[in-house]
Amino acid sequence: MSEPATSKTPKKRHAISTRLWHWINAAALIVLFMSGLNISNAHRYLYWGDYGYDPADAWTSVVRFPGWATIPGYYDLAAARDWHNIAAWVFAVGLLVMWLVMLVNRHFTRDIMTSRSDWSPSVIAKSVKDHLNRDFSTRKGKYNPLQKIAYGVVFGILLPMMIFTGLAISPGFEPAAPWLVDLLGGRQSARTLHFLFAWVTFAFFVVHIALVLLSGPVRQITGMITGIQSEEQNHR
Amino acid sequence: MRRNLLAGIAALGAGACSKVAGSETGASLLDTAEDWHRAAHRALAGRQRLAPEYAPEDRSPDVKGNGSVTVETPDYQRALTEGFANWKLAVTGFVETPLELSMDELRALPQRTQITRHDCVEGWSAIAEWKGPQLGQILDAARIKPEARFIVFRCADTLYGEAYYESVDLVDAYHEQTIIAHELNGQPLPEKNGAPLRMRIERQLGYKHAKYLTGIEAVASFDDIGKGKGGFWEDEYGYQWYAGI
Repeated sequence: MSEPATSKTPKKRHAISTRLWHWINAAALIVLFMSGLNISNAHRYLYWGDYGYDPADAWTSVVRFPGWATIPGYYDLAAARDWHNIAAWVFAVGLLVMWLVMLVNRHFTRDIMTSRSDWSPSVIAKSVKDHLNRDFSTRKGKYNPLQKIAYGVVFGILLPMMIFTGLAISPGFEPAAPWLVDLLGGRQSARTLHFLFAWVTFAFFVVHIALVLLSGPVRQITGMITGIQSEEQNHR
Repeated sequence: MRRNLLAGIAALGAGACSKVAGSETGASLLDTAEDWHRAAHRALAGRQRLAPEYAPEDRSPDVKGNGSVTVETPDYQRALTEGFANWKLAVTGFVETPLELSMDELRALPQRTQITRHDCVEGWSAIAEWKGPQLGQILDAARIKPEARFIVFRCADTLYGEAYYESVDLVDAYHEQTIIAHELNGQPLPEKNGAPLRMRIERQLGYKHAKYLTGIEAVASFDDIGKGKGGFWEDEYGYQWYAGI
């Protein structure tokens, strides 16, 4: 149980494990996303199924991403793959460690896992209304229902799917788990899903940044760096 | 404004990245990451696990010709008109018995036929049936010496003015699905796909599957070959030597 919401003393907001992971993961994701856009430029067509090479068979083609959005800042597939493959280690190992820590220190069950009441339509409607009114208070617990759902989706679906779809498009990994490629609908489907999940994750990133900016960026960022955040301003 | 902000962050990132990649530590870090991927793949899959094989109806209509799609030398053009009747594959380097194999001799060896997927580093895939003798039995026939650590594939083609070549370690050289293909979907290998011979290295990306094959060389290191990185794409454009990622 968290401290009473009326507390006016600064309280510990984020554990050291959460803060370390947050920033390491942020750096890894930025490198992965921007180098990924460079890799996308090598073949801008997406397919479903096991094979696909002819743009006529593509279900869609995507834009050529400009240099300011890619790592490196010019088209270089080899260098982009180097960045992608090294950041992938940081991202995947970091997520695995964070999941273990969250389960052991109960951050997941205590703060993120939703209870039945979080899903009641009236509670969600209230939380949506609070967000629209720019009231980001959490009442009981660390996060409000929408936050719990968002973090749950990110930790439980989006980030793991980035790893699984990424592994599935590696021909050297495939012999270890051919069922993974089959489960995702074939190699080109896995590649398409990798691309789509990357953009859903980017959408989370945009909303996340927007909400930090709206809810007091200095206080929020200080909280994620030092772990301490004044409780007072949380209830306006 | 958002765009400018993003551009700024991107420029900062890109600048930092080229600096890191250019430094010796940065470059060796990137190589280390590549080694970890290879070690992880082999630890998880085992060294001999096969790449998936498909049913005939799963094949794609064609296999895209990419990189070199022909060889413009008079020798190759003459060989093409002769139906490659006089094409020879040399087996050299750290071997007890250097060999020179004709197309008939290669076709007379035990053959492996496999329907596999070809994944290009660019992102596309094609599925086709490939047929040819396993590289391992040819290396055994030539009796490779203990000094040999890598197998280099010599090619007739040049790309952007440089001779194409590639290489793998002995794990992939002796892998069951590593064959010297002379047939694609039951027909002699087409010109755009590397006629008359190309490598199939099924657990790695397409640029490893050297086309227009003229020789197999067992070596101890890449130091005296090309620019020393084990392949055309590695030498000229910095691609990963381990192309299983």
